[in-house]
Amino acid sequence: MKTLMKGNEAIAEAAIRAGCEAYFGYPITPQTEVLEYMSRRMPELGRAFVQAESELGAVNMVYGAACTGARVMTTTSSPGYSLMQEGVSYITMSFVPCVIVNIMRGGPGLGNIQPAQGDYFQMTKGGGHGDYSLIVLAPSTVQETVDMIIEAFDLADKYRQPVTVIADGAIGQIMEPVEFPELQEPERPEHPWALTGAKGRDKNIVTSLFLGAQNLERENLRLQEIVAEIKANEVRYTEYMMDGAEIVIVAYGTAGRIVQTAVKQARAEGIPVGLFRPISMFPFPYEPLARATENAKQILVVELSAGQMIEDVRLANCERLPISFFGKMGGVVPLPDDVLAEIKKLV
Amino acid sequence: MTQETELVFSRPESLSDVITHYCPGCIHGIVHRLIAEVMDELGIRERTVGIAPVGCSVLAYNYFECDFAEAAHGRAPAMATGMKRVRPELVIFTYQGDGDLASIGTNEVVHAAARGENITTVFINNAVYGMTGGQMAPTTLPGMVTTSSPYGRDVKVQGYPVRVCELISQLDGAAYVVRRTAYKPAEVRKLRKALKTAFQVQMAGLGFSLVEVVSNCPTNWGMTPTESLKFVEERMVPYYPLGDYRVKDEVKDL
Repeated sequence: MKTLMKGNEAIAEAAIRAGCEAYFGYPITPQTEVLEYMSRRMPELGRAFVQAESELGAVNMVYGAACTGARVMTTTSSPGYSLMQEGVSYITMSFVPCVIVNIMRGGPGLGNIQPAQGDYFQMTKGGGHGDYSLIVLAPSTVQETVDMIIEAFDLADKYRQPVTVIADGAIGQIMEPVEFPELQEPERPEHPWALTGAKGRDKNIVTSLFLGAQNLERENLRLQEIVAEIKANEVRYTEYMMDGAEIVIVAYGTAGRIVQTAVKQARAEGIPVGLFRPISMFPFPYEPLARATENAKQILVVELSAGQMIEDVRLANCERLPISFFGKMGGVVPLPDDVLAEIKKLV
Repeated sequence: MTQETELVFSRPESLSDVITHYCPGCIHGIVHRLIAEVMDELGIRERTVGIAPVGCSVLAYNYFECDFAEAAHGRAPAMATGMKRVRPELVIFTYQGDGDLASIGTNEVVHAAARGENITTVFINNAVYGMTGGQMAPTTLPGMVTTSSPYGRDVKVQGYPVRVCELISQLDGAAYVVRRTAYKPAEVRKLRKALKTAFQVQMAGLGFSLVEVVSNCPTNWGMTPTESLKFVEERMVPYYPLGDYRVKDEVKDL
């Protein structure tokens, strides 16, 4: 049965359905409804909820809970994600799983609370200090967000790494019909590394400190092995009206959704245009994009930013085709007609 | 004639049989041993998780025979909160120095205490950043020379020392906040008792417990171990008076 639900609330319920045992967060628009929803639902289910003193506190609570092997999540929006970077770097190098959601808003600085995609570099190219790359999933509908949150917990457990989901204020605030899987009791997967008390076994240590260059290099290599495995297994994308597309538009999340409408309109007018929508922003679908644009004549990148993903599109394209860009910043969201006008400029 | 020998003193089971990296004369070793003794006595080693700070005791996880995590600088109380909330059956303690707890981590410790988290914090105050080589800490005494206050801490410029027990004891979520030291055997015995009480407070679910240990740093103070203990007694303790700063009524019934 489908329920009409706000994106943020759907994120919270999806996490609960995925067996999230603990949620830690801090109010920040436009993601606050996740926190509010969790504050009601988690105590009802006997699970842990804490409104932290800051995003820094929240991410370190996530770190602590994750060390015990529990499924745990935090959500935030752009400035809050900046504040979390210390913890994200530590959690990554400690090899413990968790789910982190960034409902992006306009930046830099305090920016505003409108939808934006200006955190692409921060999300996909590290963000915190050190060499690391996390899985970054970008939904464009509320249902896709729900499915992704549930999958994110499984991926986090599989790779022993934080898994991130990026959406924007539009997806956080929009209401759409969604379907959830059945509610299940949280299962605690057997994690031999977890801090559960050293009963009948040697003590476990969770740390990101590795003194000695050789030791730290070894752990970095271990981390990079995981990244390589992620690159090999977790590439996701979708295509729309790509048959015979001479113009391929690359857009993700809310921008992807706007472009989809524009593509439909353009096709109705006989313009051979298609949409390639990356879903895993890391690992970026370089090869699928290269294949999808083999017979195309040009590429248009549409983002709610100054142009960040376009760098990955360039890498995929290897300067084979001309690439143009249409972007809006500061929370300005283009209409499908605006995108259509851009398409027409290219014809 | 054989005589039965009774073992009256040995390494606590909770204390790892390894050589620590601490400097000669440092009080860390005493506090580590006392915590381990208390864990043995309360029979909680197999359900205790410690959280090490950033600073001299960053490697504390190598010295205890219980599960351990290593926190980011100052964040141990937030990490402890996450652990305890999701696994309330565990006994969680943080071990933090003055740079970690009283400078970069004030936000985390204040709010953990305010929420009344059932965790125990052991706070080692030696008035200096030891690991990085003796810089001024929030707890550095007025006039004290450090590598980043070479003219002596001038309170007009560098402000006043932070008295952590006095601060935390204002919070209703704190159940047990006491200051002890370890410069002589009688004080060590009082410290041991306080550490035991702090863990018992947590096990009884009474709220946040904190034991501050007025400590020393012979290396960075440029003193012999004996001189440093004398400095603790004559200079540190007068500024950081020993005593019980907050003891909830329920704690007295333990």
